[in-house]
Amino acid sequence: MSLTLENVTQIVDGQYYINQANLTFEPGSFNVLLGRTLSGKTSLMRLMAGLEKPTSGRVLMHGIDMTGVSVQKRNISMVYQQFINYPNMSVYDNIASPLRLAKESEKSIKEKVMEIAEMLRITPFLSRLPLELSGGQQQRTAMARALIKDADLILFDEPLVNLDYKLREELRIEMRELFAQRNTIAVYATTEPNEALALGGTTTILHEGQIIQTGPTAETYHSPCNVIAATLFNEPPINMIKGHITENEVTFDNMVHFPLTSELNTLSAGEYQFGIRPSHLSLLPKNDDDLEISVQVEVAEISGSETFLHVRNAHFQMVLHLSGVHSYHVDEKIKIYVPTHKLNVFEKDGDLIQASSRRIEDHFHG
Amino acid sequence: MNKPHSNKAWFLVLPVFILVAFSAIVPLMTVVNYSLQDIFDVSTRYFVGTEWYREILNNSRLQDSLVRQFIFSGSVLLIEIPLGIGVALMMPKSGKWSVISLLILALPLLVPLNVVGTIWQIFGRADIGLFGWALNSLGIDYNYAANPIDAWLTVLLMDVWHWTSLVALLSFSGLRAIPDAYYQAASIDRASAWAVFRYIQLPKLKSVLLIGVLLRFMDSFMIYTEPFVLTGGGPGNSTTFLSQALTKMAVGQFDIGPAGAFSIIYFLIILLVSWLFYTAMTHSDNK
Repeated sequence: MSLTLENVTQIVDGQYYINQANLTFEPGSFNVLLGRTLSGKTSLMRLMAGLEKPTSGRVLMHGIDMTGVSVQKRNISMVYQQFINYPNMSVYDNIASPLRLAKESEKSIKEKVMEIAEMLRITPFLSRLPLELSGGQQQRTAMARALIKDADLILFDEPLVNLDYKLREELRIEMRELFAQRNTIAVYATTEPNEALALGGTTTILHEGQIIQTGPTAETYHSPCNVIAATLFNEPPINMIKGHITENEVTFDNMVHFPLTSELNTLSAGEYQFGIRPSHLSLLPKNDDDLEISVQVEVAEISGSETFLHVRNAHFQMVLHLSGVHSYHVDEKIKIYVPTHKLNVFEKDGDLIQASSRRIEDHFHG
Repeated sequence: MNKPHSNKAWFLVLPVFILVAFSAIVPLMTVVNYSLQDIFDVSTRYFVGTEWYREILNNSRLQDSLVRQFIFSGSVLLIEIPLGIGVALMMPKSGKWSVISLLILALPLLVPLNVVGTIWQIFGRADIGLFGWALNSLGIDYNYAANPIDAWLTVLLMDVWHWTSLVALLSFSGLRAIPDAYYQAASIDRASAWAVFRYIQLPKLKSVLLIGVLLRFMDSFMIYTEPFVLTGGGPGNSTTFLSQALTKMAVGQFDIGPAGAFSIIYFLIILLVSWLFYTAMTHSDNK
């Protein structure tokens, strides 16, 4: 069953929660909704589920208009940010509950519960109560409940947010495996670009109730359609620099000049915005087209084995995403290198003109 | 690691110790002291051991009021807890009407106990009370001052009127604390309203209900003022509950010794039953 949203708009108290959403999800697909908090991810999911009725527009399941059909009459399941389980039922009964409500025989319920519990590795805990489990196990129970009923549509509303880092990575990988053989539509909401990249499938970028871009995840990542998409789909957000192009050179903020490269010479003269991903910046020259810029260190943020180095000069601020732990003094003067072929070029009003080019070596770490 | 040991810490505990001593231990021990002696006047007293306790436990009038007391507290819990939950479930969840219904619910709780008694004493009168007059005009022969059953029902109704709000407010706060996602998940599961109540709301209300049950049990088991004002314990002894029997004994007849023994037994019963409720309700968590 495919799911289609047609011009779906939801207005609550005069505010646009969702503005003209058009989306199609194919059966067996894994779809990520990426957007910041309050960007409309949950609202959109509630509309897909039928928990709410759109102000205008239609929701179609396999071509049949389901707008206004109540959630009880649809075959969906949902996993929430909070760990939602029936508190006084054992894990087994929790997982079995959707099937019991569907009046399946106890024998087939048992088979299915055992199978799904095995898959989610919660078999040893089946007789326990949810509150006697760790957060990860509670969420696995909730996921098992969602998966057991072979829903046409499974919605995940930031299911991993309340779990620790390690568990998140683990469950993320499992999620992809769980859905590989299924014929359901999975929709997964997240605020984290890295999670979207790890999950793959397709990614839809939402911003202030509007769909900014949708497409296969890797493609969306590599060619963000505008500045908003580029900013949202990168962690830390992409560095934006204002600049202009003349006949033979590019100028950043009236300060840094460099000659037009082969990648950029198709652009006509004028004002542009240039985006460069923090991970593409480096401290050593790596490419022939590298542009050297002198900057001062603002702060070095160390996260695991990575360092986010915030730097600035008189005209702009940038973040470098470096692997390894680097320590710097505040206001230390350093040089950074910008590979100019990695520049994403946007028009002044934000639309993408030219995505960064992908040279051969990108396939290893792009 | 060898931390230096300072005995000064005991001084910091001292204020609490003194406070507790004066507020609880000293008065309680005074009562224990009385309960073991026969006192004629300040200088004439005899140690009588457990005699008062034996007398109290064998006193059939006190046994009657103990039975009466349990029936009363039991009825109070059986009516007020389900009714309070019901009211909480029906209350508007947010907005202006929610505030208004909360205010209305809170009102009875603010009325002083003897005022509650007086209100119902007048309310139930057949000649000038709306309630009593209405019942009698409907052909029901109702008179709380003469008929023990009527007296009982009035005391019970009065307590329900006064205290159901407490259970309702507690339950309401408990219900508000359930994340909306639970209800969504239930509707996605196609759970019925009953299933939502049985498997989501009731389990989530458990801890506030435990408090509600304990408070209502203890309070109703100690009820004094309202029936005292309304019926004075009558007709006959039909609405004489434990605390009123105790007051009669201690203040009316000045039998300090037996009254002391009575107080200790009374206190132990409340402690025991509260403990039973508590373990019963928390134990089912770990079945």
